[in-house]
Amino acid sequence: MPGKQIVAMLLAGGQGSRLGELTKSMAKPAVPFGGKYRIIDFPLSNCVNSNIDTVGVLTQYEPLALNAYLGSGQAWDLDRNNGGVFVLPPYMSIDSGRWYSGTANAIYQNLPFIEQYDPDYVLILSGDHIYKMDYAKMLDHHIRMGADATIAVLNVPLDEAHRFGIMNTDDDGMIIEFEEKPSEPKSTKASMGIYIFNRELLRDYLIRDAADAFSEHDFGKNVIPAMIGGGQRVFAWEFSGYWRDVGTIASLWEANMDLLGASPRFDLYQKDWRIYSRSPVLPPHYIGGDASVEDSLITEGCIVHGSIRHSVLFAGVSIAPGAIVEDSVVMPNTVIGPGAVIKKAIIGEGVQIGGGAKIGCERRESDAPYDTALTGDITLVASSMHILDGERVPSGKVVSRKKA
Amino acid sequence: MTNDAFGLIYTGEANAQLRELTFTRSVAAVPFGGRYRAIDFVLSNIVNTGITSVGLIAQRNYHSLMDHLGSGKEWDLHRKRDGLFILPPFVTKDNTGVYRGTVDAIRSVLGFVRRNKQRYAILTGSHTIYNSTFDAMLKQHIATGADITIMYSDESCNRFDKSEQYDDLRLKVDKTGRVTELTFNPLDPSSSLTGCDAYIMDKSLLEYLVDDAASRGEYDFMQDVLVKNQFKYKVYGYEYKGYVARLNSLAQYYQHNMNLLRAEVAADLFNPAHPIYTKVKDEVPACYVGSGRALNSFVADGCIIEGEVESSILFRGVRIEKGARVKNSIIMQSATVCSDCDLDYMVLDKGVTVNSGRRLAGYKTYPVILRKGTTV
Repeated sequence: MPGKQIVAMLLAGGQGSRLGELTKSMAKPAVPFGGKYRIIDFPLSNCVNSNIDTVGVLTQYEPLALNAYLGSGQAWDLDRNNGGVFVLPPYMSIDSGRWYSGTANAIYQNLPFIEQYDPDYVLILSGDHIYKMDYAKMLDHHIRMGADATIAVLNVPLDEAHRFGIMNTDDDGMIIEFEEKPSEPKSTKASMGIYIFNRELLRDYLIRDAADAFSEHDFGKNVIPAMIGGGQRVFAWEFSGYWRDVGTIASLWEANMDLLGASPRFDLYQKDWRIYSRSPVLPPHYIGGDASVEDSLITEGCIVHGSIRHSVLFAGVSIAPGAIVEDSVVMPNTVIGPGAVIKKAIIGEGVQIGGGAKIGCERRESDAPYDTALTGDITLVASSMHILDGERVPSGKVVSRKKA
Repeated sequence: MTNDAFGLIYTGEANAQLRELTFTRSVAAVPFGGRYRAIDFVLSNIVNTGITSVGLIAQRNYHSLMDHLGSGKEWDLHRKRDGLFILPPFVTKDNTGVYRGTVDAIRSVLGFVRRNKQRYAILTGSHTIYNSTFDAMLKQHIATGADITIMYSDESCNRFDKSEQYDDLRLKVDKTGRVTELTFNPLDPSSSLTGCDAYIMDKSLLEYLVDDAASRGEYDFMQDVLVKNQFKYKVYGYEYKGYVARLNSLAQYYQHNMNLLRAEVAADLFNPAHPIYTKVKDEVPACYVGSGRALNSFVADGCIIEGEVESSILFRGVRIEKGARVKNSIIMQSATVCSDCDLDYMVLDKGVTVNSGRRLAGYKTYPVILRKGTTV
C-alpha cells in the first residue's frame, strides 16, 4: 500500500461538559450545528477540501451518535480503498488497556494506526471548532520553514488573550515561548489547537511523554512546551478568518447566529469549500401561506406555518400556525405547537412543544430558583422533551429529564 | 417487501409536448418537486419495495441521467450482489443501437433480464410520478394468477385533452379486476381508468412476448404487445388510489408541480414512510435575508432569498435578489432572479438568469418556459 504524506487525527473524545444537556448522550463533535451539520463536519470537510484523505477520529465519550453519523465516511467522500475515515476508540491490548488519559495519550495509543500509512506528517485537530481552513497551506508553510512542528494561531483581542494558550514568537514566527492562559499576555497569538508534527519527532516525544508519570499527557500543557524547551523548531502559522470554539451554550448559540444576515460573519455559501454532511432524505421545506420568515436559515423537510425571525431551523422541524420563533436554534424533527412563543433558545432534537407554551419568557419573582451558570440568558430544552400546552419556561432555564 | 422481483425502467420516452424541458435531457431526468428528477420517484418506489436489482434502459440524451444516478448509491443500489444496471444502447450484428420503440429496447437488454435470479419483472416508464411500493400489486398479481398486471388510476376527475395525450393506455375491467378492454391513445376514451406505465409479469413471458413481437417487425410495447395480446392472456388491472402525476405536457408538468402546494398532495408524494431518494448535493440550508420572504412555497436547500416568493417551487441553489417578486413559478436549480424582477407563471430551467428589472409572465394554462442556461 502506498504511504501517505499526511494523516489527520481528530480528537473527538471530549465530553463538552459546558454544553450541559446537549452533550448528555452524545460527544461534543456530534452536536448539531448550522441547520444541517454537526460540529465534526467542519474539520472533516476541511480535511477533504485540503486533499487529506486519511483521518482517524478518536472517540471516547458517548460515541454512538458519532459512530452512526460517520458510518463508512461516504458523505465526506472518505470511503477510500487506501485511507478514509476511521473511528479509533480506546482498546484493550495483551498487557494493558486504558481510557485515553489526555490528548497526547490518545494519539500515543494510536501510533500504530498512524504508522500503517508511513506518513511524513501528522495533523492534529480538535472536534469542537467551527471554521474553514486550508490545512494544505499550513503544511506548505511547515515544509517551507523546515519546521519540526507548526501550530495554527489566531490573533485575538489583547483583553481576551488571557483565556487562550498564547505563543510568543521571534521575527520568523518561530515560537520561543508558550504560555497557557497567561495573566499578562505578551502577544495575541492564540493557539487554535491545530498542530502539524513531523511524524518521527512526534513519535519520540509521545513515547517520552507516556513514560513521564507527572505529565497530564496533554498537547498544550506537556508535549508542545517540551518540544519548545527541547530546542525543536516550532513555528506559528497565522490564520485569519472565522474561527469559533463552540464549547459553551452561549458560543454555540452565537455561532449559529453568525450564519444569518446579508453578509453573515461566517459564510457557508462558498462553492469551492463545501461543508459536507450526512443529508437526511427529505423534501424541500414548505412555507405556508400563513407563515412569515425573516432573516433565517431553514433546512429541508421543515414545514413552517408560524412566524420565524432570526433563527436556524434544522431538518424536519414543524412550526404550527401562530407560533413565533425568534433568535433561536431549533434542532432536527422538533414540533412546535400552535401559538407557542420561543425566544432566544436552543431547542434539542425531537422536542415537542405544546400549543401556547412560552419558552424563554421573562423570569418572574415567583419562579422557582434555577441555575443559569451554563446558559446565561439562553433557554435550553433538551432532546426528546415534551413541553405541555401553555407551559412557561423562563429565560435561561434548562428543561431536561430529572436525574433518576 | 419482496425480493422475488426485479425492476426494469425504460427511459427512452420522447415527448415533444414537454418542449424545452426535454431538449437536453430525457424525460426521466426532468426536474420535479424542488429537488428531485422524475426518475427518483419510480426508482425509489422500486427500492422501497425491497427490490435490489434494477435495470435502467437509457436511450435519449442520457448524459444528465447517468450523471444523476451515478453508481446508484443514493438509492442503496451500489451492491456487490445485484444493484443498479444502466443499460445504454449498443450496436451488434442483430442490434442497430437505435430503438424504434420499447420492444426493441427491452429486447436489447434481454441478457440482463435472463441473468436476474428473480422471477417477476416490474416494468415501468419514467414519466409517471407517484409514491408507492409494488408490494400490493405483486401480491394481487400472484393471487389472481394473472399473466400480466397493469397498474392504473381513475382519472375521472381530470379533464381529457387530446392535445396533451401521451402513451395513453385506457382500461376497462370487470368486477374481479380482469381487463375486458385495452385501448391505446383513444380518440375519445370510453374509460377513465388510465395506465400508470407499470406492469408486472413473469420474466419468461416478457422474453417470449418481446421476441414474438420483434419477429413480426413490431416495436411498441403498449400497442403491439399489450393491446394486441389482451385477449390471449390473463390481463388484470391493479388500481392505484394515490396521487399520480403524468408528465404528458408542459402544462401538466406545471400543474403537477403546483399541486404539491396542496397539503394532501405533498403528504402523498412526500410520504415519509416511503422516502424519495435523490442525488445529494451538500447544499447549505436555505437562507432568508433582509426583506426576503416566501409564502405557500416549497424551497430547497442552497437557496438565497432576498426578494419575495409566493406560490412557487424553488429548486436547490436558486437566488432571488432584493426587490424581485416571483409568483406561481417553478425555478430550477441554480437559476438567478436579479433585483426588481417580476415573474408570474414562469418555468425557469436550470441555470437561467433573469437580469434586473425584467417583467415576465405566462398564464395559468400556458406557463412560459425559459430553457436551460438562458439569460434574459
